[in-house]
Amino acid sequence: MIEFHDVSITFAGETEPVLNHVNLTIDEGELCLVVGRTGSGKTTLLRAINGLVPHFSGGTLTGRVVVDGRDTRDHRPRDLAEVVGFVGQDPLAGFVTDTVEDELAYGMESLGLAPDVMRKRVEETLDLLGLADLRQRPLATLSGGQQQRVAIGAVLTTHPRVLVLDEPTSALDPLAAEEVLATLQRLVHDLGLTVVLAEHRLERVVQYADRVVYVPGEARAVVDGAPQDVLDRSPIAPPVVELGRVAGWRPLPLSVRDARRRTAALRAQLTGLTPPAHAANHVGDVVAGVQDLVTGYGRLPVLKGVSVSLAQGEVVALMGRNGAGKSTLLRTLVGMRRPESGSVDVGGHRPAQLRPAALLRLVGLVPQVPGDLLYESTVARECTQADRDAGVPAGTTAGLFERLSPGVPGDQHPRDLSEGQRLTLVLAIVLAAGPPLLLLDEPTRGLDYTAKHRLVEILRDLAASGHAVMLATHDVELVAEVATRVVVLADGEVVADGPVADVVVSSPAFAPQVAKILAPSPWLTPTDVAVALAGVTAVSRP
Amino acid sequence: MQPQHRPTYPRMLHPGAWWLWALGLAAAASRTRNPVPLLLVVAVTALVVAARKGDAPWARSYAAFLKLALLVIVLRVVFQALLSSGSQGPTVLFTLPELPIPGSTGIKLGGVVSLEAVLRAFYEGLQLATIIVAVGAANALGSARRLLRSVPGALYEVGVAVVIALTFAPQLVTDATRVREAHRLRGQSGGVRSLKRLIMPVLEGALERSVELAAAMDSRGYGRTSDAGHSARRAAGVFSLTGLLGLSVGVYGLLSGTGADWMGMPMLVAGALLSALGIHLGGRRTGRTTYRPDPWAFPEWAVAGSGLVAAVTMFVTAEVAPGSLILASPTQLPPVPLLAVLGILVAALPTVLAPPLPRAAAEETTSTGQREKVAA
Repeated sequence: MIEFHDVSITFAGETEPVLNHVNLTIDEGELCLVVGRTGSGKTTLLRAINGLVPHFSGGTLTGRVVVDGRDTRDHRPRDLAEVVGFVGQDPLAGFVTDTVEDELAYGMESLGLAPDVMRKRVEETLDLLGLADLRQRPLATLSGGQQQRVAIGAVLTTHPRVLVLDEPTSALDPLAAEEVLATLQRLVHDLGLTVVLAEHRLERVVQYADRVVYVPGEARAVVDGAPQDVLDRSPIAPPVVELGRVAGWRPLPLSVRDARRRTAALRAQLTGLTPPAHAANHVGDVVAGVQDLVTGYGRLPVLKGVSVSLAQGEVVALMGRNGAGKSTLLRTLVGMRRPESGSVDVGGHRPAQLRPAALLRLVGLVPQVPGDLLYESTVARECTQADRDAGVPAGTTAGLFERLSPGVPGDQHPRDLSEGQRLTLVLAIVLAAGPPLLLLDEPTRGLDYTAKHRLVEILRDLAASGHAVMLATHDVELVAEVATRVVVLADGEVVADGPVADVVVSSPAFAPQVAKILAPSPWLTPTDVAVALAGVTAVSRP
Repeated sequence: MQPQHRPTYPRMLHPGAWWLWALGLAAAASRTRNPVPLLLVVAVTALVVAARKGDAPWARSYAAFLKLALLVIVLRVVFQALLSSGSQGPTVLFTLPELPIPGSTGIKLGGVVSLEAVLRAFYEGLQLATIIVAVGAANALGSARRLLRSVPGALYEVGVAVVIALTFAPQLVTDATRVREAHRLRGQSGGVRSLKRLIMPVLEGALERSVELAAAMDSRGYGRTSDAGHSARRAAGVFSLTGLLGLSVGVYGLLSGTGADWMGMPMLVAGALLSALGIHLGGRRTGRTTYRPDPWAFPEWAVAGSGLVAAVTMFVTAEVAPGSLILASPTQLPPVPLLAVLGILVAALPTVLAPPLPRAAAEETTSTGQREKVAA
């Protein structure tokens, strides 16, 4: 269905090719997962399928890309609209109209289909994707999962044979992601569609994939094959695969179900071992807290009587579905929102009444889009400005950044940094004034595994050096790695607040993969299991 | 009879009908400074909006346009009273301290303020305000975006550009708010310097989003025109452009009433014909179709027609009895131009002739909710 014959892509102004001599065949009806680090060329590979690279992006493509018998050399993206449906990273940015029904019809209108055909296909697609109740709704009012399904529906109405999706679930909470993946699964199984998708969150997708394409980046050769084989060799892998490696299972399990059926031996090995506590080494003074906090918009309260406190040395994960009030709680803690009732206390002050310059020394927030904080033209200037804002000796921020993310040249433009580097730059800026409380809103959005590991290390160090950290996140694996306490918000209320294992192990949505596999024993990460097993062998050997 | 011909069958009226109706009223307002028909036009638009607006976001815009209209009147009166020396009459209301301005510029600051000047300014302001209110009514009743769906194929690209601009404006405001809040996190509390810091991330974000949107549109078949030669395309372009130019000159000539005779109706007709030809030629070129086009049935004709009646009666009155539309002196009691007033009243008929809006299931629950709130 999709063939890459010796494809190399070089963008204008670059000397090195992004993709180098790629040979790849994706058969009809396959669900193909493209994995790799950020900046490795995943998106470029996806965009080459429908000709956006090079027709839209510019650059040079050598070799041939053939989709359903059509060579992208002679077919522009618009000429492939009824062969390839392409869904970009941010569905909202790709919407052309403003209601669900019109959006579904847009592609067909461009192709000039007859009105009765359009009418029928829109109704079919509404049913196929479960969107019938939303047909008249403005697109901007839909939830993330619904938007993603509309974006998929909008390209399906032209009846493409191939569906290409760029990180369809990275911005979604676990349940919305399930919703989208279930839809994709149905499309592959019932309609025989060929689906190609890129995703960082392997733990969500890899079990559905028939084929994995690993793009290592730096123009090294692309690896493709069955998921087990590729993941066996690739440095990036979901926790279930890592656990499989630790336990020495062959072939590697890809889903929780696969793994769970083989756990008997591992369980026997683990009996008598206590999982690590995932608690803070040393909990110090309380640095911030909210008591009976109510805040919201007019008659729509978002937080309804929330009480939480944060102490030094803790890493508190704030979980809950989209719209549960996670971001609102963080924003209240930095004084962006005023409480309607209840109290907010950060280092003995009310944040809403502090001047920004004073607030800086008490609390730092890394927002959902870290780039919002950056406006200078180079990294070095960004750091100097941060030193001035924080009133600290020159070089403080640059030093912090060097420690968090070594080796980034100071004259680089912040926009050219990778997602992970940009996050650490913002982290350095926020930490420059030395606030005892650090808040992060969805820090792992768009981060690959390597950058995530680095973030985990940084957060552990910060907690160990006496910071209180709170992060709002959907990423259950990150929570399992780094959190010492979990607070779950639902509908503006705290529904759970306690040690990680107590809160997440029994939860169907928030349990990490390892916990699902080894339940009811509260093991959370593959590393925990590996360390415990290594301890046993180390003790038993002499 | 098909259901869409019945004025009682609940559906959305074609937004084009609302815009024609409102333009009729605006054209009527443009020919008079007599407050009687002007205030009547405002009353008619308010009545129809109250009777037929939905609860979509744009339906709330009427109030915003009313406020803008009031602002226009106030500004006009203030500037006329304070800054103009030539327009003052004999009836002195009060005298403000005057700032001397050298030379005979005709401009003054302060000084005598007369009743005549204030009233004249009020009437002139009222005329502009009425036109603004009429446009506001059209905006509240027929979504500008839905109207763009009905633009002919030849103007489709322009339509898309406008739709995207309409989406991006509110998005820019959201982005700007978000970025400004983010700057607070860096300990900055506003000021002129912060403006520069605000603009860069917002513009970069907007640019990235535009590129993303362009890619999405391209991969969904935008601009896939059927095969037509360059000459046909050029001809269509030339015809449409010349036609539109003619239309503008014609409308200007007709509404201003000051230009030469050829600038009015003949230019309008010629322009309309040329653009129709251009649009027809261009429309053949794009292979696009429209999903569920809004029907144009009896209620559409009735609504657009009622607006036209208001305009025509006003123009006839302007020919037959111009004295009843222009006040000889601002302090005189304004006369009632009977024919024009009747015409404007006809434009109130859409309160019954336009179909009521269907009530969606979701709206049903909200309105019950509201009723419960009222009961509580």
